[in-house]
Amino acid sequence: MTWLLDLTPDEWNAVRLSIKVATVAMLFSLPPGILIALVLARGKFWGKTLLNGLVHLPLILPPVVTGYLLLLTFGRRGPAGAFLAEHFGIVFSFRWTGAALACGIMGFPLMVRAIRLSIEAVDRKMEAAAGTLGANPLLVFATITLPLILPGLIAGAILSFAKAMGEFGATITFVSNIPNETQTLPSAIYTFTQVPGGDEGALRLTLISIVISMAALVASEVLARRVGRRMDIE
Amino acid sequence: MTVTVDISHRLGDFGVDARFESAGRLTALFGPSGSGKTTLINLIAGLIRPDKGRIAVDGRVLVDTAAGIFVPKHKRRIGMVFQDARLFPHMSVASNLRYGRWFTPTAERYADFNAVVDLLGIGPLLERRPAKLSGGEKQRVAIGRALLASPKLLLMDEPLASLDDARKAEILPYIERLRDETKIPIVYVSHSVAEVARLASDVVVLAQGKVAAAGPTTAIMQRLDLLPAEERGEGGGVLDTAVLRHDEVFGMTVLGSAAGEIRVPLLAMPVGAPVRIRVRARDVMIATEQPTGLSALNILPGTIVAIEPGEGPAVEVAIDCNGATILARITEQSRQALKLRLGRKVFAVVKTVSFDRANTGAGLPVESDG
Repeated sequence: MTWLLDLTPDEWNAVRLSIKVATVAMLFSLPPGILIALVLARGKFWGKTLLNGLVHLPLILPPVVTGYLLLLTFGRRGPAGAFLAEHFGIVFSFRWTGAALACGIMGFPLMVRAIRLSIEAVDRKMEAAAGTLGANPLLVFATITLPLILPGLIAGAILSFAKAMGEFGATITFVSNIPNETQTLPSAIYTFTQVPGGDEGALRLTLISIVISMAALVASEVLARRVGRRMDIE
Repeated sequence: MTVTVDISHRLGDFGVDARFESAGRLTALFGPSGSGKTTLINLIAGLIRPDKGRIAVDGRVLVDTAAGIFVPKHKRRIGMVFQDARLFPHMSVASNLRYGRWFTPTAERYADFNAVVDLLGIGPLLERRPAKLSGGEKQRVAIGRALLASPKLLLMDEPLASLDDARKAEILPYIERLRDETKIPIVYVSHSVAEVARLASDVVVLAQGKVAAAGPTTAIMQRLDLLPAEERGEGGGVLDTAVLRHDEVFGMTVLGSAAGEIRVPLLAMPVGAPVRIRVRARDVMIATEQPTGLSALNILPGTIVAIEPGEGPAVEVAIDCNGATILARITEQSRQALKLRLGRKVFAVVKTVSFDRANTGAGLPVESDG
């Protein structure tokens, strides 16, 4: 079994990078994910169907297409990419941040779906009750709605994380496959399969990938159960 | 403290068009389901924005569509107790109780946590989760939660409707204490004659979204025509009495009323305590002369002041017993046989055992300041 943990520095970097990219992608998707889910669950406005379609687009488009669209928009010469680089010094193309952006966008529809469902399940009468007790709408959201949708938030976050751990097509199209910068686990495994004698490395990383994904899943189960017990919803 | 409502609001093909004013300590909005009671209370709480009208509480205008005023619900300082308690499931009972306090300006906090917990007897529940409470306990906590936000007015939307009779009997005394021991005016929605007669100082009767009648409880409860058909037998004279003495030997309490002494099953109340009783019209017999050899203990002399046709074979006879009005529901045949007519001196006969927990409760204390 020792060969399993006997990773080369490049392979370790791929593991670390993947976890970093997935974590950042998940954390930065959460605020807009909650907002969009809220708008889709509760909003009544013209163009809601359009927004819903837009959010789900990464789910139905080939990942390569999403990656290429990102390259066009957030690449150095893309409109958004140039603007962000010039005014905020944020560069996405061929950086790990770009990988996080690609992963975040690919996982976004899954996250929004989970959160939206939990928002729709919230009893709005609870919110009305909180209002009569003096809480303004923002405080009602923070003290009633948010805690009640916590299980959905956890589910959405884990889905986004898991999606990011496995994202390949959009990432490699947008930020390529640069060791130590944008080479995440799937990219590293792909590289191993392209060189002679790379089988052992591919298998090692595959097993690690499985372990990380399983750990995330178990963690979410434990967390969700603890939240559920705390709330004791009938 | 006066609540003024003058509202017109449409919901689909149902409309509420109500105008009333009440300065009572506990004003009941009374009517069958679909009469607009809950819509009205939601309008006062600010959960619904009315199409047109004006609502003011103690001179403070909450809604005036003509002037473009609509105070949002979180700024109204009006407590609300819902039929379905609506406790927050992710908080303990104590956190639920303290919730409203956070949003009350310090200067306006008058409710004391321990006093409210004692008043409602919910001390042993504080650490529990709402899911672990019985229906009656939930409703008591919900009342406490509303009180601890130090509201200027308390609204109660059928707080007992989803409870069984035992739970109702458990909560009613707490609501009586709330009415008598706190200074907060209460607006109470109910479709139950028993609850209204027991609790209310004033009643607003609603029918099909309109105010059918409004006034003091004792006056409204005599108007059987206002009661829904299935509750008509529940109506009758409401008398405010006081405990004169207890008869431990026979397990009875003697109450003093304008109409004379009334014997009811033993009450756990001190001598002098105010007691409100409802004499159901269907429990009252009429005798034309002082009956003898009769098991009924309460025989009250009076004068017939009204005879109204009732449902089916029944007529309703109002008897003025020295200022207190007692209603009797008898058959038309008996009325003719006894030759009952206006002005005739008769005796109203009521069995002691016809008084039970549903129609005997703590009376409103005598108002000193009107």
